Amino acid sequence: MTLAKRIIPCLDVDQGRVVKGVNFLNLRDAGDPVELAKRYGLEGADELTFLDISASVDARSTTLDVVRRTAEQVFIPLTVGGGIRTVDDVDQLLRAGADKISINTAAIKRPELINEIADRFGNQVLVLSVDARRAESESGFEVTTHGGRESAGLDALYWMQEAVTRGVGEILLNSMDADGTKTGYDIEMIRAARKEVCVPIIASGGAGKLEDFSAALDAGADALLAASVFHFGAFKIAEVKGFLSRAGYPVRE
Amino acid sequence: MIAILDYGSGNLRSAQRAFELTEQRVILASTAKEFLSADAFVVPGVGAFGACMSQLESIGGKEMVSEAVKSRKPIFGICVGMQILFTSGSEKGNHEGLGYFSGEVSQLTAPVLPHIGWNDVDTKSQLFDGVQNDKFYFVHSFAAKERVEGADIAWTTYGEKFIAAIERENIFATQFHPEKSGDAGAKLIKNWAKSI
Repeated sequence: MTLAKRIIPCLDVDQGRVVKGVNFLNLRDAGDPVELAKRYGLEGADELTFLDISASVDARSTTLDVVRRTAEQVFIPLTVGGGIRTVDDVDQLLRAGADKISINTAAIKRPELINEIADRFGNQVLVLSVDARRAESESGFEVTTHGGRESAGLDALYWMQEAVTRGVGEILLNSMDADGTKTGYDIEMIRAARKEVCVPIIASGGAGKLEDFSAALDAGADALLAASVFHFGAFKIAEVKGFLSRAGYPVRE
Repeated sequence: MIAILDYGSGNLRSAQRAFELTEQRVILASTAKEFLSADAFVVPGVGAFGACMSQLESIGGKEMVSEAVKSRKPIFGICVGMQILFTSGSEKGNHEGLGYFSGEVSQLTAPVLPHIGWNDVDTKSQLFDGVQNDKFYFVHSFAAKERVEGADIAWTTYGEKFIAAIERENIFATQFHPEKSGDAGAKLIKNWAKSI
């Protein structure tokens, strides 16, 4: 009897379409989010994550619609992130059918937002998304904003610990150095985070070959998020799970 | 018709859609009149035990659940909707529950919390026919860990053993989320709906 390691496809949504780039640049169209969500659900995804990367405010209603249509058809947990600034934003997304919410920049600007969301909806709905990169900070990893282009002036490990104390229930740890490169997850960063925080860690950024997934689990990740390798057909989710299962990791098949 | 008790507890839309797989009509109900007009009832719940209890009380939900229990019609409690059926809960202070099952809901002892994800369920209950070897989706840090004689029909281990599902007379409840458990959850919901 074991908790399965989760495989989570991530859909970056820009104005109602799934897109994916390398290091957040050169975005390529990767399809309709609801269709992709359904496909991943059938293929055995353990959860789904939507990140709304639209720059415009009008995109908010498009996102709510995408969430609503997905939740009607896919009966696995759905996390939504991107542009969430207030408890009301969270309320709207949950009502549309999201199960969890991920916050990033807004929490850096105003950490109290974490307490406010957790007090109202519980820790289990709240995922802290951390865009981290290697830097000369205390732990060797710093938090970035604007898709990795700017430093937040915050040590990544320190920030994760503070966020857990304030009430986040999970951490989505995205390596800005590895994102979209398919050269593997940042193993040292996952290992460092695992030592310091006691909530589940979702590793993100860099998955390119099957061994990358098991390496992240060995480093202490509880769940694995990937985008490019699934959208562009490098692997099916079942292949990743089959590989992990044969290697002795618990997965849901 | 199935009524889902709507007391401001998060995402009910997917619960509604999942229970519609039974081909019953499913409504979200926040008044006693609407709720008790149904043939079966769902008591959901997310967030902290105490917060759920006070939200429930704010719409007179304690009385609604009590009437539903007396009606002998099937009731399905989910996650915190299962936890509040116990005597008490110790999440963020001590809170009194509805007391249909004796025992305290307390924090799990495990290195990583919350317990989030797909886990096995150890059961021989007929309600799990066809899905006894499947995994179900859990999201929680607190659980009921003491035996409830004759009712604790399913157990799961995460750090320690806890009750994954409980059943007595017309009350059935799960710590996991059947509405988020894909095909396995749908099958369980359909099995339960046979008693409607």
